[in-house]
Amino acid sequence: MAHSVNFDLTADHMEAGLESPADEEGVHDSFNQLIEDQRQEALELQELQRDLDEEERDSVAYLSSPGQEIWRGSPGRGEEEGGGQLDPLLEERWSSATLKVLSSMPSRTIGRSRGAIISQYYNRTMKLRRRRQSRPSIKDFSRSARPSIRGYGMETDCMETEGVDEEGRKRDQLVNNLQNLSLSDRVRMLRAMPLSVAEKSELRRLADRKGRRSNHSQIPCCSQLKYHIIIALRHSWYSCLSFLHSLQLWQVALKRVSGRFGTGVLSYFLFVKTLLFFNIFLFLVTGLLLAVPQAVHPPTLTQGHEAFSGLELLTGGGYFSDSVMYYGYYSNSTLSKDCRVTSSSMEQQPSPSVSRRTMETDCGVKPSYNMPLAYFFTIGLAFFITCIILVYSMSKSFGQSFRIDKSHGILAMKVFCSWDFKVIKKTSVKLRSENICIQLRDLQYRSRIPTKDPLLKEASLLALPVVVSLINLLLPGIFNATAWMEEYDSPSVNTYIAISRNLMLKVSVLVVLCFHWLGRIASDPHSIGLQCWESFVGQELYRFLLMDFIFTILDTFFGEFLWRLFSQRVLKRKRKPVFDISRNVLELIYGQTLAWLGVLFTPLLPAVQIIKLLLLFYMKQTSVMMNCQSPRKPYRASQMSTIFITLLCCPSFLGAAVCVSYTMWSIRPSESCGPFRSLSTMFQSGKLWVKELETHNPNLAWLAWAHSYIVENPLFLFLAAGIFLIVIYFNTQVVDGQRKIISLLQEQIENEGEDKKFLITRLQAIHQQKRPLSPRRLTSQASQDSNC
Amino acid sequence: MGTTASQLRKDLLSEYQELTFLTKQEIILAHKRFSELLSKEDRNVPTPRVPMEKVLSLPELKSNPFRKRICHVFSTSDMKDGSLTFEDFLDLLSAFSDSATLEIKSHYAFRIFDFDDDGTLDGGDLEKLVNCLTGETDDTRLTTEEMRQLISNILEESDIDKDGTVNLSEFQHVISRSPDFVSSFKIVL
Repeated sequence: MAHSVNFDLTADHMEAGLESPADEEGVHDSFNQLIEDQRQEALELQELQRDLDEEERDSVAYLSSPGQEIWRGSPGRGEEEGGGQLDPLLEERWSSATLKVLSSMPSRTIGRSRGAIISQYYNRTMKLRRRRQSRPSIKDFSRSARPSIRGYGMETDCMETEGVDEEGRKRDQLVNNLQNLSLSDRVRMLRAMPLSVAEKSELRRLADRKGRRSNHSQIPCCSQLKYHIIIALRHSWYSCLSFLHSLQLWQVALKRVSGRFGTGVLSYFLFVKTLLFFNIFLFLVTGLLLAVPQAVHPPTLTQGHEAFSGLELLTGGGYFSDSVMYYGYYSNSTLSKDCRVTSSSMEQQPSPSVSRRTMETDCGVKPSYNMPLAYFFTIGLAFFITCIILVYSMSKSFGQSFRIDKSHGILAMKVFCSWDFKVIKKTSVKLRSENICIQLRDLQYRSRIPTKDPLLKEASLLALPVVVSLINLLLPGIFNATAWMEEYDSPSVNTYIAISRNLMLKVSVLVVLCFHWLGRIASDPHSIGLQCWESFVGQELYRFLLMDFIFTILDTFFGEFLWRLFSQRVLKRKRKPVFDISRNVLELIYGQTLAWLGVLFTPLLPAVQIIKLLLLFYMKQTSVMMNCQSPRKPYRASQMSTIFITLLCCPSFLGAAVCVSYTMWSIRPSESCGPFRSLSTMFQSGKLWVKELETHNPNLAWLAWAHSYIVENPLFLFLAAGIFLIVIYFNTQVVDGQRKIISLLQEQIENEGEDKKFLITRLQAIHQQKRPLSPRRLTSQASQDSNC
Repeated sequence: MGTTASQLRKDLLSEYQELTFLTKQEIILAHKRFSELLSKEDRNVPTPRVPMEKVLSLPELKSNPFRKRICHVFSTSDMKDGSLTFEDFLDLLSAFSDSATLEIKSHYAFRIFDFDDDGTLDGGDLEKLVNCLTGETDDTRLTTEEMRQLISNILEESDIDKDGTVNLSEFQHVISRSPDFVSSFKIVL
C-alpha cells in the first residue's frame, strides 16, 4: 500500500522536460521524432499548467504554511534524494495537477476515500475466501455454473478501466465476496470495516438479499435443522454474554476513576474486579457442591455446641469451629436424603468405603451424595478451572502486550499514542498535557544534561553508600528481633541462625554491587558518560568503605553508649548490654571484602583500611569498657574463631578473588586511562611481556613455552586440580588410618592391663601356696616382724 | 434509517449490534444520551442531526483536545459542519469501544490526527497534533525551535519511505509497537 514516491519522474516529466531532449541530439534519427513529440507535449503541458496556476492559486496557498517550512529546513533530506534534486522541487510551488496526482496516490487515499477502503476490503475478503474454501462443494453453485472457475473466484483483470462506476463495480465484487463467506466471517468482516454504519448496513442488505435468493431453496431439511440449532446456540451465547455485561459491576465508579486518573490507575481497579470474579466462582463452586449438601444433612454433634460470642469473628474459632466453615465438620460418609431412620443410623456408623455411590435404603429413595469424593473432586476441579482461566488470560494479555523492537521510535510512539482518551476531568487533562510536554522535552534533550552544581553532583554520589550502610545497620536488628520471637531451643542454634542471616544479607549486598559495577558500568561506560570506569569503581569502593566506617562509629555511639544509658536509666536494668561478637566480626569481614575488591582499582585502599582498623580498635575498646558487660553464656571462642576465619576465606576472599580475576580476564579496560590502556584485557599485558621476552632473549623461550602451554592450557588446571584432590584424599586416608591405630593401641593397652592384673593375682596365689610348707619361716617371719 | 420514537426498534438494535462493536446495553445507553442532546423540534425528524456544539457539551468530550477533529471525522454531513446523526454517534462509540480492533482504532486515530484531511500526516499536521497534546497555555507549548527539532525527529523515526509525511501504513506501524494504544484510545459513556 505504501508506494515509494519518486519525485524525480514527475519533475522531469512535467516541469523540467525540456532538458532531456537537448542531450539526445546525437541519437539515431528514429528517436529524434519521438523526442520532438515529447518536447511538444511538455511545452503544452507547461502552458496548461501556467493557466491552471493562475486559476487555482488559492488552493496551493497552504504550501507556505510553517509545516512545509519546518521540514524543508531539515538538512539531511535534500541529499538523500539524489544530489539535491528534491530541493528545486520544494522551492517551486506544486501545481494543482501534481497535487491531484499526489492526493490520489493509493497510499494517501486509503486513509480517507471510501472507494479505496472498499477495494482494500475486497482484497481481504478475497484472501479470506481463498483460505476458507480450498475446494468448494458443488451444491453451493447454481446449476449452470462451471465449478472450476466459479469456485476459485476469478478476478477480472480490470485495472485498465478507469471510470466513475469503478467504485460501484468494486462494491459489487465486495458484496459478492461477502455472500460467499460464512455468516460469522461476514459479520466479523463487516464490523472491522472502517465505514459508516449506513454504508455497512447497505452492504449487508445487498449481501443478505443476494445470498438469500441463491441459497434459500437449496438447503435440505436436515441441514436446515442444523442451521436453526446453530442460530439458537449463537443467540443463547450472545444473550449470556450480554447478561454478563449488564451486571456492570462498579461501572460508574470505574469511569470516575479513569476520568480523573487515566488508564494506569484504572488497571489496578480492573485487577481487583478480576480477582473478585475468581473468588465468586470459587465460592459458588464450593458453596453449592460442599457446604449446601453438608448443611442440609448436619452430622450429630458429639459435644454441645458452643454459644456465639463476638470473638469468633476475629479468631475464627468458638462457634465457627463446629460449622460448615471448617474441614472437621464434613462427614466422611455418603449423605442420603429423606430417610430419617436409616440416615441417623448411617451417621452413627460411618461407612469406611468411599466408592459406594448409591445406598439401598428402606424408603427406596436413590439420591445420595458421596461427601469425601465430592470434596476431593470439587477442590480439584475448582483449581483446575482456575488454572485454565488464568493461563488463557495470561496468554491473551501477553499476546496483546508483547512487542518486538521496542527501543526504536520512542518519540513517534509517544506523540501518537500517549493521549489517554479516557481522561475526562479538566484538571487531569491539563496535568497530562503538562506531563506530555515535559516528557517530549526530556526525550528531545536527553543528551544535553543541564549543568548542576558540581558539588551537589558529587555529594549525590554518596547516596548509594549511605543506603547500603543503613541496610547493613538496620536489618541485623530486625533479624535479632525475629529470632527473639521465634524462641529457639538452644542458644547455639540462635547464634548460628543469626550469623547465617547476617551473612546472607552481606553476601547479597556485595553480589548486587559487583553485578552493578562489573556487569553494567564496565560493559558500557559511555552510557553514563564515564571516561575511566575503573577510577569510578575505585572511588565507589572508597566511599563504601568510608561510609561503613562512619556508620560503625554512629552505631557504636547510639547502639552501645546511648542504649546503655537508656537501659539503665529508663528501663532500670541492672546489667549493661551485651557486646554482639558475631555481628561485629561480620562487619569486619564485610569491610575487608570491600578492601580486597578495591585493591585492583585503588591500590592505596589498604592504607585507608589500616587507618580505619586502628581507629576502630581504640573506639571499640573504649566503648566495650564503658558500655558492655561480659556475656553470661559461655562463648566457644576457638570454634567461633574457626568459623570466622573460614568465612573470611570462603565467601569473602574467594568472592573478591573471583571478581578480580573476572575483571582481569574478561573485561575491557578503559581506553583513555590506566596502565592497560590499549589492551583488550588486563591479562594481555602478561602475554605480551612473555612474547617480548621471547623475541629479545631467545634463551628464555622456554618461559614463553611454559606460559602458553601451562598457564593458558586448561588441561594444566585440570591436572593441578586433580593433583590437589588426590593430595587431600591421601591426607584424609592418613587421618583415618591414624584414628584406627589409636583405637588399636587403646585396645592393646587395655589388654596389657588385663595381663598385669592376671600376673599379679597369679603371683599372689603362688605366694599363698608356698607359705604353709615351711613353719621355720613362720618363726623367722615373727622374729622378722618383731625386729621391724 | 433513523429513530423516530424514543425507543429503539428491535431489528435496528440487532443490526447495530452486528455492525458495530457495541453491546446491546451500550447501544441503548447511547440512544438515551443522544436523545438528551436533541432539541424538542428535532425529536420528530426522521434522522435528526445534533450540531457540533451540542455534541461537544458531552462530558466525555468536553475537555478532550481532539474533540473537534473527532466530530469532523465521524460526521457524514454534507456541509462538513461536524454534526452527528445517531448512526454517526454509534460509529464514534464503536471505534472508541473496548472490543474494537487495533486496526479500526488506528485507522480512525490517523484520520483524527490528519488535520488537513489530505490522507497523510505532514509537518503541519504533526505540529497541530503536538500543540493539542501539550495544551493551550503558553508555558506548556514548545518553542518553534523545539517544535522543528521534534517534528524532524518524528519524521526520521516513522517516515519509512522518506517522502516527508507519515501515511496510514507508517502510522499503523508505529502504533503496532505500542501496547498501550488500544487501552488508551477508549471513550465509554
